[in-house]
Parts: sequence; structure tokens; C-alpha cells
Amino acid sequence: MTEAGYNFAYLDEATKRMIRRAILKAVAIPGHQIPFGAREMPLPYGWGTGGIQVTASILGPNDVLKVIDQGADDTTNAVSIRRFFTRVAGIATTEVTGEASIIQTRHRIPEKPLTENQILVYQVPQPEPLFRLEPHRAETRRLHALADYGLMHVRLYEDIARLGHIAKAYDYPVMVNERYLMSPSPIPAFDNPKMHQMAALQLFGAGREKRIYAVPPYTPVRSLDFEDHPFRPIRAPHACAICGSTTSYLDELVTDDAGGRAFICSDTDYCQERQQAPKAAAE
Amino acid sequence: MTLLLEAKGLDLKFGAIAALDDVALDVTAGEVVAIVGESGSGKTTLLRVLAGQMAPDAGAVHYLGRDVLGMTEAERRRLMRMDWGFVHQNPRDGLRMGVSAGGNVGERLMALGARHYGNIRDEAKAWLQRVEIDAGRIDDLPRHFSGGMQQRLQIARTLVTRPKLVFMDEPTGGLDVSVQARLLDLIRALVRELGLSVLIVTHDIAAARLLADRILVMRRGQVVEQGLTDRVLDDPQHPYTQLLVSSVLAA
Repeated sequence: MTEAGYNFAYLDEATKRMIRRAILKAVAIPGHQIPFGAREMPLPYGWGTGGIQVTASILGPNDVLKVIDQGADDTTNAVSIRRFFTRVAGIATTEVTGEASIIQTRHRIPEKPLTENQILVYQVPQPEPLFRLEPHRAETRRLHALADYGLMHVRLYEDIARLGHIAKAYDYPVMVNERYLMSPSPIPAFDNPKMHQMAALQLFGAGREKRIYAVPPYTPVRSLDFEDHPFRPIRAPHACAICGSTTSYLDELVTDDAGGRAFICSDTDYCQERQQAPKAAAE
Repeated sequence: MTLLLEAKGLDLKFGAIAALDDVALDVTAGEVVAIVGESGSGKTTLLRVLAGQMAPDAGAVHYLGRDVLGMTEAERRRLMRMDWGFVHQNPRDGLRMGVSAGGNVGERLMALGARHYGNIRDEAKAWLQRVEIDAGRIDDLPRHFSGGMQQRLQIARTLVTRPKLVFMDEPTGGLDVSVQARLLDLIRALVRELGLSVLIVTHDIAAARLLADRILVMRRGQVVEQGLTDRVLDDPQHPYTQLLVSSVLAA
């Protein structure tokens, strides 16, 4: 049941309207950052205030929400945001990727391919891909307007010159629809190829920075690279210690004080599904 | 000879001070033109107006028949990246101090769409050698370079895309004389080799004599005299030019 005294999904209708307008603009110009009036949310900046506002604005009473934090459904951030929406919107939640209509995510894309009936909402700490390269926001906006992205390649060049390879393993810059340079939020570079021509709508909310951007379904998303140093989605060269997957993105866990470690799927739901599948087949 | 840059009737006032007063100027292909004059005579302002970085109150600037002042910012930037180069007096303004020498030289190439790391690096190495910087320092930051090396790096970075027209604002300013001499030598060699057109602003008459085919003398925003370098310097007509030429110290 919803908490008394709150509007459906916490935000008032005028705010939702404002955010929805920003979302529509963002969808119309894939990869372009749209400013919006981010509200104070009952959680600190950096915990997903942007994502939570986007989710609140697109949530309907029949939606089924899944929230993941670094791929996991059972971490504090994911549990709190799920409980928050259960309380203020009374909607159903799930941990199963296939059952969700809206998936709010922090730093991962689920392993299971998403469908046209799903929306993926990213929590974004820093929406500006040219951040740290060009200190002036007015100038980065101009660079975006003129599609002047030599600077980003200079950064990648510097990586190769110093380290022999492109060192960015997460938040790896992408070109959306061959027009706008976009930060994919700190997802691992491993997940970048999943954004390309994805069937689901991808929305990005940055609360502290007050920006919303989007990748509409079936939009080309290309990771930047050099011809002789092509983009590589990096993955630990192991099999999951629980489900044995050799294709999913793995987290490294320290298991004891003697240097023992294990690699397990970062996507908990994917791992669970794979654990249950052999049992179902056996029964 | 094709007319590269053509400016007419340029006027610009900073409050009551006329920085540019009915200035006209032509640069033909392959020509080196020096603008000399004392501090505050409007030299740098003229350069900035010609490069489209500042709008004059009146007048027109055309590059190969195209109106520079009426261009959109996108067009002007494209021109700046492809056809033009700008060498600043202070290399810190023209270089990215936090990016390696190779990255600095490669930036313009990458901005023009070069996407092959190996080729970019080879080109950067070749250019470092051309401006007499050891290719082994390709991965060093410019802040670890001396002032003269920084200035040469800035020149390499500017010329790597082989621009047609290069604007130079006091390129030898702030360097000691022996370094100045080497830099002037280098610029002269590159200009002849690449067939560049250069518009150079300087208060150093000797540098102008060494580099320029033609000289414009500016004073209080006006061009008081212009002509072939040797003619202007050996037989100055205007009293101000006479003063300027006679003020040069002979070692």
C-alpha cells in the first residue's frame, strides 16, 4: 500500500511533467544532455538521485520495477530504492530481468538482452564525457554543438602512449548515432556493446549535475577507438565460481586472508537463473 | 598570385581609444607579412580581428573570397583547424600543458579525423625532429620543456596539418637572443619549405627584417607606412617609422 501524504511515486505532478519534457527532448536528440530542475530527493547525491527522479516520472501503477547496483539486486542501494518505490507508488518489484518493465541500474547493464517493452534507467554521476579534459562547461557545450571531439581522442592517445593500451575500463566514451559524444555512466567497457542497437529505451539521469540524456531503441552506439588499437570489452578471464558462466561480467571476491579469491557473476539474477536452469532440466 | 586574405576599412574602438582606425591589409599566397609597431599600437588586436576571434566595429575580412566575420562559429573553427594556424606569444596559450608533446602535435590531426594511432605517432615524431626536439621526448609533458622548446612545439602542433595561412603573435617574445635566433631560423626554413603564408606581429624590427617580405608599420591603430621590408627599413618615409628604425640597438 502507498504511504499516505505522498503523491504517486513521490514527486508532484508538475515536477514529473517537467522531467518528462526533458526526457522527450533527450529522446529526440540521442546522446544530447538536457538540463532539468533536479529536486531534493530523500537520499544523498551520488546514490542515484538522477535515476530515481527519472524512474519516478515514467512509473505507472502497472509497472514492475527492478533495481540493480553493480549488477546485484540485493545490495543496500538497490534494496532501498526498490523499497522506496514500493512505499510511495505501491508498485510491484522483481529481481528477474525478464519480468521487469523498468530497470533502474547503477553501473551495469543486465546480461540478459532487454526487449522493446523495457526501459533501462541509468544513475549517472558525471554526464559530461569531456569533464577533466576541458574545465569550462560553456566550452564543452560548444564542442558538443560543433561535434568537435578531437580532445577525447587526445585522451585515448595519451593512454596508449603511456600505458600501451586504452586504460579506461569503465565510463568508456561512446558516439551516439554518430553525432553526440556521450558518457555511458560508469558501466564497465564490457557493457558498451550492449548499448548498440538495444531494443529497450535507455534513459540517463544525473541528479547532482541536473542533466538527462537518452538513447532511443535501435540507435547506433559506437565506442571510440583507434584503427590500430580497436575497442576491447574487458572481462576477467575466468568462469563464474557459482554458475560457471564464461561469458558474463565477473566480480572478483577476496575469500580469505591468505590471498584466496573467487570470480562470480556481477549480475546476480543472471547467475541465479543459470543455477536453476540445470535443476529445472533435470526434474 | 592568389589573394589569400583581404581586409578593408577595419575600425575598432575600445571606449575612446581607437585600436584600429581604417586599417586595410592584403596577404597573397606564399607571402610573409610583418606588422610592427610599439606596444598598444593595435598590432595584436588587428591579428585577432583578421583571425575572426574579435569582431570589428566596421570593415570586412575575406579569406579566399569568403567573408570571415560573417561565418558561423562552426565554419570559422573548421577554417581554423584546416587552413589556418595560430601561434601564440605565450606557448601556454597554444599548448595543452597536461598533454604529452606527441598528443599536442597529434591533436589537430585527430580533430581532422585521423584515427590510426601508429600514423599519428609517426607524424608527431617526424614533426618533433623537424622543429629540433629530440623524438625521444615525445611522451614528455610540455611543462618539462624549456621556453624555446615549448615555442617550437607550438609551431610543430600548428604546422602539422599544413595550414595555408599562419598567424603568429610575437613568436619570439620572452626568449633570450640566441634562442630567438634559432627559432627565427627555424620559422624561416619551414615557411620556405612549406610555402606558407604568414602574418606575423612583432615589435622586433630585426625579426621582421629576417622573416618578412612586406612590412606594415602601425601606430595608434593606423597603418602609417607599408611596403617591401628592405624599402621600409632602409628608407623609412614616415617620421614614426624613422624613429622606430633608428631606435633599434646595434650590437
